[in-house]
Amino acid sequence: MRLRFTVNGQPHEADDVWEGESLLYVLRERLGLPGSKNACEQGECGSCTVYLDGVPVCACLVAAGQAEGREVRTVEGLADGERLDPVQEAFVEAGAVQCGFCTPGLLVQTHDLLARRPRPSDAEIREALAGNLCRCTGYEKIMDAVRLAAQRTAEART
Amino acid sequence: MDFLRPATWREALEAKAAHPDATPIAGGTDVMVEINFDRRRPDVLLDLTRVPELTTWSETDGVLRIGAGVPYARLIDELGDRLPGLAIASRTVGSPQIRNRGTLGGNLGSASPAGDAHPPLLASDARIEVESVRGTRTVPVAEFFTGVKRNALAEDELIAAVHVAPASGPQQFSKVGTRNAMVIAVCTFAIALHPEQQRVGTGLGSAAPTPRRARDAEEFLSAELDWAGRRPLAESVAQRFGELVAQASSPIDDVRGTADYRRHALAVMARRTLSWVWEEHRSGRQECA
Repeated sequence: MRLRFTVNGQPHEADDVWEGESLLYVLRERLGLPGSKNACEQGECGSCTVYLDGVPVCACLVAAGQAEGREVRTVEGLADGERLDPVQEAFVEAGAVQCGFCTPGLLVQTHDLLARRPRPSDAEIREALAGNLCRCTGYEKIMDAVRLAAQRTAEART
Repeated sequence: MDFLRPATWREALEAKAAHPDATPIAGGTDVMVEINFDRRRPDVLLDLTRVPELTTWSETDGVLRIGAGVPYARLIDELGDRLPGLAIASRTVGSPQIRNRGTLGGNLGSASPAGDAHPPLLASDARIEVESVRGTRTVPVAEFFTGVKRNALAEDELIAAVHVAPASGPQQFSKVGTRNAMVIAVCTFAIALHPEQQRVGTGLGSAAPTPRRARDAEEFLSAELDWAGRRPLAESVAQRFGELVAQASSPIDDVRGTADYRRHALAVMARRTLSWVWEEHRSGRQECA
């Protein structure tokens, strides 16, 4: 089937899409957007988190055809040209990236958290990121990064 | 594989009538896992995410009608005050990403014995509205689950909505798992007090081939509680209630836990959640809300 949808503000089209394949597969293998990572393929790890019509979802659990006509925003769409999003900057500065595999999902999920809750408590951060697994090292640097991003975002607003 | 995208409820029913073997897909949190792992290869996928009728809820004459396509995240945000038991259960589903996608109708359609929404629906006497091109019927949720991952749907029927009264008393839900998020239940228990009827509702999950009520436990407790005087709970009553809940189960040993452990945990959860709801009833908070 032919699939038409918007990715990071640009209209995209993919042909010969198999009806049972996931949005994640379409993004990575057909559109050449490898930012969203493929790890568990069962919604457990959060590495493939993208916005679908503004709501964070696991792209591996969205059937390709369900994305028809919808708007998708991936980790590639967080930065404004060469300028990183404050969430991305904070992850770099806090050293919240080790192997980097879980990072794209954590960035999108954190981006959504801060849009809804600009000053989250630690408990709220942990709850929001409960579906994003890091297997390298743990979550302390990630917590630091989210706190830093929240602080930066709040300062930028005032 | 065919991929059907009905734009209205009527079109969805016609599609299901024309393709009785079609697999409905909403949030995809169950169906896509099976497809990704090649456990299932449906000939036809019936995408219900474009059917606007499924994503709304309303309240008429003291009964909520919740569209089958309402995701857990919205059950929590929009209905948490009216259905606290269902909201607590919904908060234990997967992760935020899963709660954004997974739906009440999908949970019922999958009919897993471990479905988190089932016990609170059982405790609140929910009714499931199902429809086909032949017409509409409602099925009491206790009769909806017919076996492991089997439900009362005919092959041309789809789940339209859940009918349930807003809480008239305290409700609680408890779930045992290896961590707080991203777990399939080892076992679950839901309790709802219906003070105006002087009656207790229960639901247990992941402890029998289907989610089920603990009817003997309900009858015992409904008769024992001092509804009007609101006297403190006798320890012996809580103990007996826990035993009866455990007896209502018929669990198995599996990778998530043993049958013995599940029976033990059910008795503990039953006693514990009972103490919470009874204290809430005694303090009268819920009735004033």
